Amino acid sequence: MIGSDPVLDVRKLIVEFSSEDGPVRAVDEVSFQVRRGEIVGLVGESGAGKSLTSEALLGLIRRPPGRVAGEVWFGGRDLLTLDEAALSRIRGKDIAMIFQNPTASLNPVFRVGDQMLEAMSLHLPEPRRVLRERVIETLGRVGISSPRARARDYPHQFSGGMAQRVMIGMGISCVPSLLIADEPTTALDVTIQAQVLALIRRLARELGVAVLLVSHDLGIISQMCHRVLVMYAGRVVEDATVGALFRAPAHPYTRGLIECLPRLEGDGRLGAIGGMMPGLRSLPPGCRFHPRCPVAEPRCRVDAPLLRSIAADREVACHLAETS
Amino acid sequence: MTSSPPLLEVSDLVKHFPVRSNPLAAFWPGASPRVVHAVDGVSFTIESGETLGLVGESGCGKTTTGRLVLRAIDPTSGRIAFEGQDITALPARRLLPFRRKVQIVFQDPYSSLNPRLTVGRAVAEPIRVHRIAEGARAAARVRELLDMVGLSTEYLHRYPHELSGGQRQRVGIARALAAGPRLVVADEAVSALDVSVRAQILNLLVDLRERLGLAYLFVSHDLGVIRFVSHRVAVMYLGKLVEVAPTAELFKQPRHPYTQALLAAIPTVGDGATSIFDDPTRLLEGELPNPIDLPRGCRFASRCPHRMSRCDEVEPALREPAPAHAVACHLYP
Repeated sequence: MIGSDPVLDVRKLIVEFSSEDGPVRAVDEVSFQVRRGEIVGLVGESGAGKSLTSEALLGLIRRPPGRVAGEVWFGGRDLLTLDEAALSRIRGKDIAMIFQNPTASLNPVFRVGDQMLEAMSLHLPEPRRVLRERVIETLGRVGISSPRARARDYPHQFSGGMAQRVMIGMGISCVPSLLIADEPTTALDVTIQAQVLALIRRLARELGVAVLLVSHDLGIISQMCHRVLVMYAGRVVEDATVGALFRAPAHPYTRGLIECLPRLEGDGRLGAIGGMMPGLRSLPPGCRFHPRCPVAEPRCRVDAPLLRSIAADREVACHLAETS
Repeated sequence: MTSSPPLLEVSDLVKHFPVRSNPLAAFWPGASPRVVHAVDGVSFTIESGETLGLVGESGCGKTTTGRLVLRAIDPTSGRIAFEGQDITALPARRLLPFRRKVQIVFQDPYSSLNPRLTVGRAVAEPIRVHRIAEGARAAARVRELLDMVGLSTEYLHRYPHELSGGQRQRVGIARALAAGPRLVVADEAVSALDVSVRAQILNLLVDLRERLGLAYLFVSHDLGVIRFVSHRVAVMYLGKLVEVAPTAELFKQPRHPYTQALLAAIPTVGDGATSIFDDPTRLLEGELPNPIDLPRGCRFASRCPHRMSRCDEVEPALREPAPAHAVACHLYP
């Protein structure tokens, strides 16, 4: 069951980088909430700002050259006001993270079980003997067969899918309330991807973990998430429940993205969005999508549309979206 | 259809890569050297103008198959015939006419383009190598090719680092087309691209096929892409083809348990009401076995939900239980 109070509450998050031509805003006033047991997806193409958003939440953006503003409420505190020591007590314990390349996240010269033990002992007071059992139990829970033997293996002895399970295992071993997964299966094969994603769904369903899932893959987003934010050139252009978004996408960019997908049924040419996402230093005036938008009007070239509510639980940043 | 030979005919193609082991093992009589069975007896044909999609997961041998077809690497055994001519054993110097007719588009256009060549020179290179045209005629051909792939002539003097991923892939396609090929091997040609750009490039590849009468061997792990571009699809698992069928039929009625599992695991865009990831029966357990020590029977048996005792003993051959629909599985005797 999805809870009512947000586990994570992000308000007007901004990420800027200084450059020769002045500050470049890569994430522009992004706001969202993730509740207990809920999976929220951030979707967009490369350069949309989705990974930067998740990194900013965790304090992983180097400052300077970066600048992060806004509020990130988690466990009654604004994470953006915490110092590194306080943040590192939260990261890996209350907030787990998994990234795209699981083998790069493991140290090649230590046994997998020892690395998991190390991560756990940072956050948990139990003696190592107890933690060692917990490592083995966790490996079993993420679907690794003969966990006792596998704990003694080195990372290179794990395939990509197995290594990603180890990362998830490491992430959940302290029972986090929030899991941030940034393209967690992009490096994996389809059948292995399905195993890993099924595991994340189960964590949300059975342990009530709140999940922020960053992905470029609309299929994954549609099968995994309860709520979706579509990002374009640093801004959220649509925010809706997964059903509403895919049944009736309200923003022309969302519609274009869905029509671009080669489907398993159906025929003919693919719908395509002409052109490409603008660079952050050469953003067009008005709506950032207007040069590629099939329905753009004169005002779209001048006025930047703000996110506005068009139905219950649904926001769109488009002048032309109709309120229902 | 006429009785002329197919454009490409591959018969019982095998590629084994030796595994480096104890160097003294070579002196050990009787000890068989260990090999990776990358491609292990693959047969298929491609007709002129046809697209065969070759799909499978990493390590299944699909890229190696593409490289064998190009004669970029030599097969361990088997036969490759192009336009009816056996090219399996042609020495390199006699391969040039074949190389004009069979070209490749790579996955990563950034690493496959020379960073020090402008777009114009990169596209002119195959024209020069194959002595297709010179001087002003070569320059005109380069412009024609750029136009064909949707790049304006202002890109002639740009370098790869100045281009986006989609533009680079257009240059890669222009290069492949420069020599006037009849068959293009596209190896994960759109896998590195963003969704909206991927759709543009896929549409371009299909347009070019219609316009130039090209045939493609389209290698990809993405079933959605394969479904869109292919006339027929070959599914590969651990060095073997497990199913070959016309595209619509394969997606409507997959017969091999591996194909079925693969299709079931694709997250397609749904309405969000249910999730395929909440249904454990759709999940395939385990992972690909090691391609060095292969099981004796069916290679898929260890993960197969329909495993029978026979599957562990006898390797199933590729047979046709329905016309033009080949399956390698004991469920279809």
